[in-house]
Amino acid sequence: MRAAGGPDVAVGDVLLSVENVSLSFGGVKAVSDVSFDIRKGEIRAIIGPNGAGKTSMLNVINGFYQPQKGRITFKGQTRAKMRPHDAAYGGIARTFQNVALFRGMTALDNIMAGRTLKMHASFFWQLLRYGPALREEVEHRQRVEEIIDFLKIQEIRRVPVGRLPYGLQKRVELGRALAMEPELLLLDEPMAGMNLEEKEDMSRFVLDVNDHYGTTIALIEHDMGVVMDLSDRVVVLDHGNKIADGTPDEVKRNQAVIDAYLGVAH
Amino acid sequence: MLYREAGQFKSNYAADVAIFPILQDRIGLAVILFIAAVIIPWFGSTFLIQAVMIPFLIFSLAAIGLNLLTGYTGLLSLGTGAFMGVGAYACYKLTTYFPNVNIIIWIAVSGFFSAAIGVLFGLPSLRIKGFYLAVATLAAQFFLSWCFIRQPWFYNYNVSGAIEVPTRSLFGVPVTGATATETTRYFVVLGFVVVMTWIASNLVHGRIGRMWMAVRDMDLAAELTGIRLLPTKLLAFATSSFYCGVAGALLVFLWYGGAEPAVFDVNLSFFILFMVIIGGLGSLTGSFFGAALIFIMPIVLRYLPPKLGIPVHPATVEHIQYMVIGALIILFLIAEPAGLARLWQIGKQKLRVWPFPY
Amino acid sequence: MDLLYKIFVDPFLQMGTAPDLLVQTLWEGLVAGVLYSLIALGFVLIFKASGVFNFAQGIMVVFAALTLVGLHEHGIPAYLALALTILVMLGLAFAVERLILRPLVNQPDIILFMATFGLTYFLIGFGELIFGGETKIMIANQLGLPRGAIDLKFAGGFVSIQKIDVAAAIIASIMVAGLAIFFQRTRIGRALRAVADSHRAALSVGISLEQIWVIVWFAAGLVALTTGIMWGARSDVSFALDVIALKALPVLILGGLTSIPGAIVGGLIIGIGEKLGEFYWGPLMGSGIESWFAYVIALIFLLFRPQGLFGERIIERI
Repeated sequence: MRAAGGPDVAVGDVLLSVENVSLSFGGVKAVSDVSFDIRKGEIRAIIGPNGAGKTSMLNVINGFYQPQKGRITFKGQTRAKMRPHDAAYGGIARTFQNVALFRGMTALDNIMAGRTLKMHASFFWQLLRYGPALREEVEHRQRVEEIIDFLKIQEIRRVPVGRLPYGLQKRVELGRALAMEPELLLLDEPMAGMNLEEKEDMSRFVLDVNDHYGTTIALIEHDMGVVMDLSDRVVVLDHGNKIADGTPDEVKRNQAVIDAYLGVAH
Repeated sequence: MLYREAGQFKSNYAADVAIFPILQDRIGLAVILFIAAVIIPWFGSTFLIQAVMIPFLIFSLAAIGLNLLTGYTGLLSLGTGAFMGVGAYACYKLTTYFPNVNIIIWIAVSGFFSAAIGVLFGLPSLRIKGFYLAVATLAAQFFLSWCFIRQPWFYNYNVSGAIEVPTRSLFGVPVTGATATETTRYFVVLGFVVVMTWIASNLVHGRIGRMWMAVRDMDLAAELTGIRLLPTKLLAFATSSFYCGVAGALLVFLWYGGAEPAVFDVNLSFFILFMVIIGGLGSLTGSFFGAALIFIMPIVLRYLPPKLGIPVHPATVEHIQYMVIGALIILFLIAEPAGLARLWQIGKQKLRVWPFPY
Repeated sequence: MDLLYKIFVDPFLQMGTAPDLLVQTLWEGLVAGVLYSLIALGFVLIFKASGVFNFAQGIMVVFAALTLVGLHEHGIPAYLALALTILVMLGLAFAVERLILRPLVNQPDIILFMATFGLTYFLIGFGELIFGGETKIMIANQLGLPRGAIDLKFAGGFVSIQKIDVAAAIIASIMVAGLAIFFQRTRIGRALRAVADSHRAALSVGISLEQIWVIVWFAAGLVALTTGIMWGARSDVSFALDVIALKALPVLILGGLTSIPGAIVGGLIIGIGEKLGEFYWGPLMGSGIESWFAYVIALIFLLFRPQGLFGERIIERI
């Protein structure tokens, strides 16, 4: 499920680059002069102690926050301001730390909601639920079922997501993000609150998404084991500054990183 | 045992996305339509049709309209009465200027006027939400109410300030005005309500409905999935106001036969909102349940005690009505915020496993 | 051109040539504004301490007034009726806490807001059932409130000031000052502010939420009673008042939902603005613009400064 449109970026080339981005809220500096890049096809981890600015960084990438300084270049296009809506259409999808599912809807509807940007049948046909609108509904339902199979959540299709256990909610959220057929998938602590078995499942899904669909992945994660196993490259933030950038092994041995994390081992 | 879906397998997605996939539901719907279209007009008394069925259908339509906006999209609106008024007055002006055009067409067209006003007063929803948006819709309500009273153009400079519905016919049969029978009017209303409910159902089960619910549940996440907030919200306002506008036109032309501007006041807005809350926010069938309860209950209160021999002062009835409605609102919000529709679903769930308890 | 003149020049000319009328209008606006502020004040009290938008605040004003007059009509002397009404408002506070707030404690705000709609309609029905739906006269004399007017000579004309209005302004000021001291200086006031900040934190220091809510709703009830007396003394007591009570909403928007000074300032601005608008611009449009003028002002504020003049800016964090 490769995303269509936009200039083609070959595997290994830079897909997204963050240049000198600074972000503050009121007086609080969340991110200070951070630069890094994400290459197509890789799994990039963003790690750091609590409050390091990781989620803010993700929010900047997908257009929620506009940085005071710096810029983001995605697929060769540099934007001064990116709206969340543009990020979505450009091929960036995202999951959240606190699971931002649509609680009034079933798992199936949530994932179908992710297909919205691919559905174009006009309002007129929607009124009749006939012709192009109905065809589209069935066609996209098929695609969504593929994702449901992939994530093994067939039994809970029709369950309102508010009633699902946390681990399954996170899976549904991943499904919704995948439904957008993104080129870049941003995962904010996908393993948070999971037990070992759930973590293994989720890790496998993340790897499969990257392998199977070729989706580039940027993930924030606290579990060091997961980070070391899954990621190709890691960038480390602390108090809004970048303190390391490299392969997992390089970063693991970096003194600044060890200092920042002193005492924290999962 | 009766209401089981065992054995009803779907072999393709087209069948599965159907709105009533379970056979028993389809049969049930057919039965209801049969009762509505055949039994009631044939066997129902004038009182039943005129004082119960016609207004019940009209209020259900208005409740569906408000439900689309408040229940599905999460935008609380207290301007329903005014939007209904826009539809009614638009229809009135249109038919007085162009009396030879079919009234059905004008009723449908008046919905568009309402939709336009709805979009206008929905523009603030870009920046404000919740309680604040409710106050903005109150601005619409009071301003439009004032227009209906103080701008004589609306009621054709009639000295009394009220409007009277002219006689209009369809295929030679009068459908509005003094000569129209209640049965004819009932069929027109039924036609509108059935068609528009079908359309609303199509909308909420497809892409548009999902967009609306996404905006209601978590608009930030909705934006990230590529849903544009302002057009989605404005579409909700437009569609909702369209439904309310048509309901308003039907109210005046096919039920009251005339109107004073006070009809479309803030109390009407609250009553429709109560229908939606009690019936179930985010449920089309709930709109019907809510309208039934809020509308039919006062009728029962008014006519039942005398039949049982208990004399009741009409003013007292109104007071009790207010108390009961107020108490019901609170009760439903506490016990079953998803309203009667949810109770109905629970009932169906029990039917699935009946005669076993679970 | 003529229209522009009528809108932008003529009204000000009118103001200038008849300054006594201007002052009269301003005074009327001030008085209306004071009453709006009082209603908004009750609302702010409840919102600050329980996070509930109490739509029924305006109805509580009418209900309190109706109870007072109704009791008096049944032969109870004025001051005793007043005391009994205060007890009734206390009872109401208990009932609301027990039957509405406690069951809905974890629900989203919009649900609680809608519950107050239910409360509103219930009180309307209940009040009218017990005391009858006819318009009543406030027992201003029996309570010792002043009567009559003071006529001042001003700029070649007259300005007539009702003594009751002066009394209303004074009483309102005393009440606001009293509430401010209560919040800032007393132990309970501190607890109220704690609850307004965070329910959980307040619970963890041993503050009983239920008690606080009863106190707050009772305080709002007292404010409502005072407002009801003042308002009823100027016009009559009937449930038509509730439409006026809805006016408190624009006041809150203007002033900010959590600010007591905001409620005062907002009320005065709306009151004066409305009266000026109606008197000088109203005739251009067909009069009666008071019914929506306040809302339009509120709407403009919502678009450009949604937190009101004194409220706190809400930043949404994801």
